Amino acid sequence: MTPPATPPQHPPERPKASPLGIWLFLAYLAVYAGFVWIAAFSGTRLASRPFGGVNLAIVYGFLLIIAPLILALAYLKWAGKAED
Amino acid sequence: MDHQTSTLAVIVFMTFVGAVLGISFWLGRQAKSAQGFFAAHGQIPWFVNGIAFAGDYLSAASFLGICGMIAFFGYDGFLYSIGYLAGWVVALFVIAEPIKKLGKFTFADALDARFNSRGIKLTAAISTLIVSIFYLIPQMVGAGALIQPLLGLEHWHGVLLVGSIVVVIVITAGMVSTTWVQFIKGSLLVLFCAILTVAILARGLWNDPYSQSHGSQHAFILAKPAAEITAGREVVPAEGAWAGKPYVRLKDEKGVISVWRTGEGGTLSETQTVLTTGGEKLFNGTSKADGGHLWPVGHISKLPGDVDHTGPLGPGEFLQTIQDSTVVLWGKEVIKDGDSEWTVWFQKPTPGAKLMVPGNNPLFKGISGDLPAIDPAKPETQAAYDKALLSRIDFISLMIALFCGTASLPHILIRYYTVKDAASARKSTVVGIAAIGFFYVLTLFLGLGAMTSGTLDLTDTNMSAPLLAKAFGELPFACISAIAFTTVLGTVSGLIMAAAGAIVHDLAVNVAGCKLDDERKVKWAKIAAIAVGALAMWLGILFAKINVTFLVGWAFNIAASANLPALIMLLFWKGTTKQGITWAITVGVLGSLAWVLGSTVAMQNVYGFSAEDAAKHAWVPFSQPAIVTVPLGFITLVVVSLFTRRKDLAQA
Repeated sequence: MTPPATPPQHPPERPKASPLGIWLFLAYLAVYAGFVWIAAFSGTRLASRPFGGVNLAIVYGFLLIIAPLILALAYLKWAGKAED
Repeated sequence: MDHQTSTLAVIVFMTFVGAVLGISFWLGRQAKSAQGFFAAHGQIPWFVNGIAFAGDYLSAASFLGICGMIAFFGYDGFLYSIGYLAGWVVALFVIAEPIKKLGKFTFADALDARFNSRGIKLTAAISTLIVSIFYLIPQMVGAGALIQPLLGLEHWHGVLLVGSIVVVIVITAGMVSTTWVQFIKGSLLVLFCAILTVAILARGLWNDPYSQSHGSQHAFILAKPAAEITAGREVVPAEGAWAGKPYVRLKDEKGVISVWRTGEGGTLSETQTVLTTGGEKLFNGTSKADGGHLWPVGHISKLPGDVDHTGPLGPGEFLQTIQDSTVVLWGKEVIKDGDSEWTVWFQKPTPGAKLMVPGNNPLFKGISGDLPAIDPAKPETQAAYDKALLSRIDFISLMIALFCGTASLPHILIRYYTVKDAASARKSTVVGIAAIGFFYVLTLFLGLGAMTSGTLDLTDTNMSAPLLAKAFGELPFACISAIAFTTVLGTVSGLIMAAAGAIVHDLAVNVAGCKLDDERKVKWAKIAAIAVGALAMWLGILFAKINVTFLVGWAFNIAASANLPALIMLLFWKGTTKQGITWAITVGVLGSLAWVLGSTVAMQNVYGFSAEDAAKHAWVPFSQPAIVTVPLGFITLVVVSLFTRRKDLAQA
């Protein structure tokens, strides 16, 4: 006896991440990847002092920690407006 | 190093723990149902949930491990701060809202929401258990390490104490008490670390912190002419294992042997030693009974402008001053001489500019400087290039694991079910990012403050942050130590909740088909929490000597490899099938687990091989698997989904 046919396994409802969220994620990913690449393959560049004070490693490191908060606040504001 | 137990520290510690347990019992009445126990009724305010994210996430590895690594090796520890925070970008922009909409109690709920597959539930639950256990071990080991100086107890006492308290917290009110404990811990941790940072900046930097701090009163001799040091002492001949080593051993009139490191121009510098011989230990040449001990360390040998003290500094000035100073780090060498084993710590004056870039810790040594050039005429340059390249791939792999792992940690994901809707999930993630990001900025100041305050314990990097607080007095030390202990409590309770949910909700109810009403489900979850707590205590005692930093790294690698491909593809590819998810999790877990257990690091630290033998016996070319196993998870999911989807369509 033939078993009953199984329906395809992709039910209609699939919650999606917001397009703005994805763009912000990709922008951050690019900055993060840039840091990892420089640290891995061009370490001496991190010792340079682009603004005369602290070195690039510190500046870039702080940027990577502070940027998520700035992006997150922008996203929060946009998402709040979108929901209104 | 010996730490004296402080009554004040014990009182503050007991107050913290008593308050935390009191809150748990008070909240216990609110978590009678499964919805209350596993998800705090989904009614936690978003701000509280956001700070609880910080309390959950900022584990012993973040607080004790990162500060310790920065204090001993400089910028390398900050790489972890960057990676741990970056992972929250994935959580906020990609995972937060969808997972809130899909799930109920556990990570498996979200993955399985569209499929109702026992395979997904089973593999997701096993993945949750493995990641949670890998994450639990370092927390328990950290608790044991912390309790030794704080209360003067043995390591295993500390493990049992933290395990017992956490089990009580979890079984009294599940996610309700866990959330509030994490909220309190997250708030206190960030607040006290900020206060400590302000105190460091207000104090400024000294050439001689030893005379200023509440810790050591011992200033170390660095690069003095040999004649000044050897006068009146007998030089012990450099025989056996000491032959050819850059040390001179001197015996004083009492017969105490001190070890001095030779330097340029015939100078000698003071070292610190532990000699183990015939079952006895001598600290700097003297037994503990006769007052032998290691001195606390950590100082700047030369400040810019040749001043002795900078006065108060702004955050940027503080970093720039250290960058322009010379800091004395400590190297370590073990010398086996017959039946005797000497551990020698020696001073390494290091330019601040070198400390403020990656590559000082042995883990990251391979990425310092640029890739070496290959000279076709010299075959050895090819080998050096290959080795350097593998070190860099290992580093990239770690940074991938940290980036991808955060949003895949089960104990973080379940926190999305404690708020009422997707908007609250989003807002609480932003609050979490603000608190966690602020804390990680502080880690650099705390670590560098510890590096230069004359309070470091050479034998225990994890105690750097609490000992830094000691430089400002007993009360700050007591508070920071108690907060560090609640740090462990907060994270461990979240991990035990995640594991208990996986065992009862996923495995017992959804996979094994046990028919449990609400009350029995909560009862079973409490029994599961006790069992997981007992297992964590046993493993914490078993792995007491293991380095905790790479265990956390492994947990991130396994979580990223097992869970992220399934989560991402479920959200972004409509062709994803239940078989695809099941196989992706299976391959991710097994692949990453096999990789880490077959790595050089595991051979050395888990199986006890020497560094040389560990490299020979390793099955894999580098230690961090994420760069291979995360893509492998994605490929597995796509290939299996394509195959099973076609089959389904054909059957239809």
